[in-house]
Formats: sequence, C-alpha cells, structure tokens
Amino acid sequence: MAELTYNQGLDTRQSGRLELLKEFWRYFSENRGAVIGLIFFVVIIIIAVFADLIAPHLPNHQYRDAFLQPPFWQEGGSVKFILGTDAVGRDMLSRLIHGARYSLFIGCVVVSLALIVGVSLGLIAGFFRGWIDTTIMRLMDIVLSFPSLLLALVLVAILGPSLVNAMIAIAIVQQPHYVRLTRAAVMGEMSKDYVTAARVIGVRRLRLMFVTILPNCMAPLIVQAALSFSTAILDAAALGFLGMGAQPPTPEWGTMLAEAREFILRAWWVVTFPGCAILFTVLAINLMGDGLRDALDPKLKSS
Amino acid sequence: MKRETILEASGLKRYYEVERGSFKAKAELKALNGATFTLEKGCTLAVVGESGCGKSTLARLVTMIEAPTAGELSIRGVDIVAADLATKRKLKSKVQIVFQDPYGSLNPRQKIGHALEEPLLVNTNMSKDERRRAVRAMMDLVGLRPEQYDRFPHMFSGGQRQRIAVARALMLNPEIVVLDEPVSALDVSIQAQILNLLLDLQQRFNLAYLFISHDLSVVKHVADEIMVMYLGMVIEMGSRDAIFTHPRHPYTRALLSATPVADPLREKKRIVLHGEPPSPIDPPHGCYFNPRCTETIDICFKQFPDLRPCGKARVACHNPIGDS
Repeated sequence: MAELTYNQGLDTRQSGRLELLKEFWRYFSENRGAVIGLIFFVVIIIIAVFADLIAPHLPNHQYRDAFLQPPFWQEGGSVKFILGTDAVGRDMLSRLIHGARYSLFIGCVVVSLALIVGVSLGLIAGFFRGWIDTTIMRLMDIVLSFPSLLLALVLVAILGPSLVNAMIAIAIVQQPHYVRLTRAAVMGEMSKDYVTAARVIGVRRLRLMFVTILPNCMAPLIVQAALSFSTAILDAAALGFLGMGAQPPTPEWGTMLAEAREFILRAWWVVTFPGCAILFTVLAINLMGDGLRDALDPKLKSS
Repeated sequence: MKRETILEASGLKRYYEVERGSFKAKAELKALNGATFTLEKGCTLAVVGESGCGKSTLARLVTMIEAPTAGELSIRGVDIVAADLATKRKLKSKVQIVFQDPYGSLNPRQKIGHALEEPLLVNTNMSKDERRRAVRAMMDLVGLRPEQYDRFPHMFSGGQRQRIAVARALMLNPEIVVLDEPVSALDVSIQAQILNLLLDLQQRFNLAYLFISHDLSVVKHVADEIMVMYLGMVIEMGSRDAIFTHPRHPYTRALLSATPVADPLREKKRIVLHGEPPSPIDPPHGCYFNPRCTETIDICFKQFPDLRPCGKARVACHNPIGDS
C-alpha cells in the first residue's frame, strides 16, 4: 500500500536551480525600476570593460589647444570633445568612461572585503555566542557609533591617502552591517531542526558553519552587498573629493569633482558630468538592490 | 525471546537556568527530573505526556544533543556522559533522531541525495560511488524513487520529507532511533504509511525505538512499553497492555480517557482534568499532580511518591487506582 501511494503530491518540476532562477526573475522583473537599474548597471559594466575601445581619447592626454572647451552643442564646442574638456585640456567623456572602471573596481573590492570579513565575524558571533559574541558585537558597535564618512577619513589619514587605503577604510566602515545581518540570520537558523539534525549526524563545527548554515543566510547578505556597492562608490567619491581617495590625475569621478571645484561658476560641465555619473550609477544600483530584496526576501517586501 | 538491553538510563536529570529579570535570582527549571528506563533491541518504548512534560528534553539527552545535569546514560554498557570525545563520536552514530516537523528538519538548500550522503561523508571514508550506492539502496528501502535523488526538499510533500528524514537517520546503521513525534505533523492518511514504514524498518534492522508522542492511538499501534511523564517525572511505566487495560495512575487514566475511539456505540467516559499543569519552575508541594488529581489523600500533599511496582506496571502514586 505504501508503495502505491508514496509518490502522491509530488512536485513534477524538472530541475531545482533553473526553476529557482526563473522564479527569481519573475519576481525581479515585476519591479520596473529594478529592471531599468539592472540594464543601466550592465551598460556601465560593458563601458568599463571596453573603456579602451570606446573612449575617443586617452583619459590623461592633455590637449594644449583646448582648455575648458564646452560640450559640442554649446557655442565654442566641437564634436572632437563631445562633453568638453577640463582645465588642463583632457577629454571629459574619455575620463568619465575610464572612471567607470574605478567605480566598479572600488565597489567590487570594498564589498568583497567587507563581505568576507563581516560574514566570517558574524558567523562566529552567531554560532558561538557567549563572550566571543559580546566582544565582536561591542567592537562593531564602536565602529558604528562614528559617522561613517568621518571614520573613513580618520582611517585614510592614518593609512595615508591613496585609492587602496580609501577602499580599506570604506570596507572597515561598512563591515559592521554585514556582521549584524549575518549574526541575526545565523541565530535564526541555529534554532532550526535541520541544524540539530546535522549535529546528530556528526557534522563538525566548520562544516556546520559554512556548509549547513551559511548558504541559508545568503538572501539578506546579497541584498546588503548590492546596496552597499553603491554606498562604497559614493564614499569613495566623497573621499576623492576631499583629496583623501584616488589621487590626481586618476580619472576617478570624485577626484574629478574635486579638481573641478574652482571652475563651478565658469564651466558647468566639468562638475556636472562627473556628478551625474555618480548619481545615475548609485541610483541604478540602489534600484537594482531594492528589486533584489523584493525578489529574494519576501519578508522584507515593501508593499 | 531473549531481549538485549542496549540503552540504560538511571536518574536522568536536566535542569535549565531561567532568568527572571535582572533583580531576581535565577530560577531552576526542572525539565527532566529523574528518568530511569532501559531500551531493548527491536523494541519500542513510547514516552507519552502533555506538552512541557520533558519528552523532548529526554530526546535531546538520549541523542546527546545536550548533556544531562545529573544521572547516568549508557549505551551497551559504555557511560556516554563520562566518555572521551572519540568514544562519544562513535556512540553518537549509534543514536539517531527523527524530528516532528519534516519541513524544518531538512536543509532547504541541500539536495536530498546529498543530505542522505552527508552522514557517510562526515563519518566514514567511503568513496563517492559507494556512498551513492548506499543512498540509493536506502531510498529504495524507505519508498523514494531514484530520480528524486537530485531534488530539493521544497519539492516534496510532508510524508515524503518524513521518509527522507527516516532514511537519513538510518544511513549510519544506528541501533537506537529517537522518534520525536514523527507523525504528529502529518495528515492522518499519511501517518499510517509512515508508522508502517517505521515498523518494517524496525524489524529489518532490529532497531530500538524511543517513540515520543502525545497521540495515544498511535502509541497503542507501535509501542511495546510505555512510559508516562508528568512535569519532568516518570509517573507510570509498564507494558503497553498493562497501561492500556489497567492504568494505575489517575493521570494515565485521564490521558487514556481523552483518546478518541472510532466506535460510535461505545459509552464515553471522559475524565476531564481541571486546570493547567503547574509551572516546572515552582512545582506544588508533594505530588506534582495533586492540584488536578481526583484521588488525593493526605500524604499526596506532603511527599512525592516513588516509582514502585503495582500490578504489572510501576507507578508513582500514593493512591493508585484499583489498589484499595
């Protein structure tokens, strides 16, 4: 009798992963803003990857005959420099295109760094609890109690101003969020039966932490990673603007803004375009992150 | 039939410390307050009682998820409380557990084939092929089809998940399986399938079951011995027939009378207990059951009765039924 009825109620879906991906895309594509954000983000990635081919000029080449030339549609502009040139005659468009590389690079490095360290610490805190948990969480509270940009500034001041140090500083500032998220998720999972079941089977600690528990905590972390990607770009631009991040002549968007500060009144294009680049990139990533959150974590769904 | 004792527990206790706010002293919650029993190969010991009586705590102690506060627990004569780590690991694989909720007890991100392989992966050094073969054999045994190897838990129904959970518990060839209300989360129609599967497997592998349940009709179907618990105490123990035909403890009698019987002509004599079980943090003086008991005599309010032989069973009651 058991043999006759055992397959009742079976879900006949073919493969797990493909199906999950399809379902994810269905939820994700419901959110139009998220799709637009994703498209924009993909375009930026393509631009960054093929920057050398797309950019009409070298980012740091100075055209001595064309200082502060306006964009082509304005009087005095030429099609040679579509978005104009800056104070030392470098093509704005080429610099912006190359700047996309830096922004993506900063985002990737900062997020990976913060993710790896933060998730490990959060996993340890949530798994072991007790004094380890208290120590880690109080340390994170201390980091969180500073205004993030100020702390990043202090850290860069200590480490010395450079793009790499700025990225390290931003990663340190961001990582408490990952620690907290991971810890909360781990604590939630720890109380579930499948963790106990794995223990009874004899699964050892490390495997339990990384193979059993961690994959089940990934949804909020992916969302946080996507959203903090944009924060990282923004913070790096802010540090660059304050002269603490990428150093000139690097075509980093924040640094470009800083160099253009004194020409705000005379040449609007040297500030507006890098500003817009930052704005749209961050906006696109945030929209995408929101869609990601809605698709991955129905509990956080905003109506 | 000669029975081989495989697990012995004596005076097993588990207390939890409970915080009651920053200005009060910590309280002691006696979740399990002295349980003595033995498990025999091929037999089922059913543990019954209402929620909060310490059934699940007992399950956690026997499966070594938690260490007892006091008391002895030995498997095949080896004391597992005092054993060193290597022995403990070895003994751990001898005791496995099946949980109540088949939705929570499977890792949602693990394919079931992999979930079944995991016990072998972490405990033995079998090759990948050997593991896969063992898993397929076990899947066949519990009534799962081979093509379900690569599916995720969310693609299965509750009954099938419970089959997976049973299969995983059996992967390491355990001698004792703790069944923590294995069918109470399932549909009644599926319950029978799983119970029959469990009985088949018990015969095939000569397993000892510690069957925890609050459903007495299920217990009647599977149990050889029954242990009735109330507020962390064992209050009655005996063979299934002795308990079901001649319950001696007033609590057991009330429990049995609450079991629905599918017989419309049968006269219903329900004994309804009044009130809630007392708090295990602050149990009543004397017998813990005295506030709800209908058979109290003076000594019931002074002293907790010991478990003593009474007819075919053993009862912890000063005034057992049918004794006067």
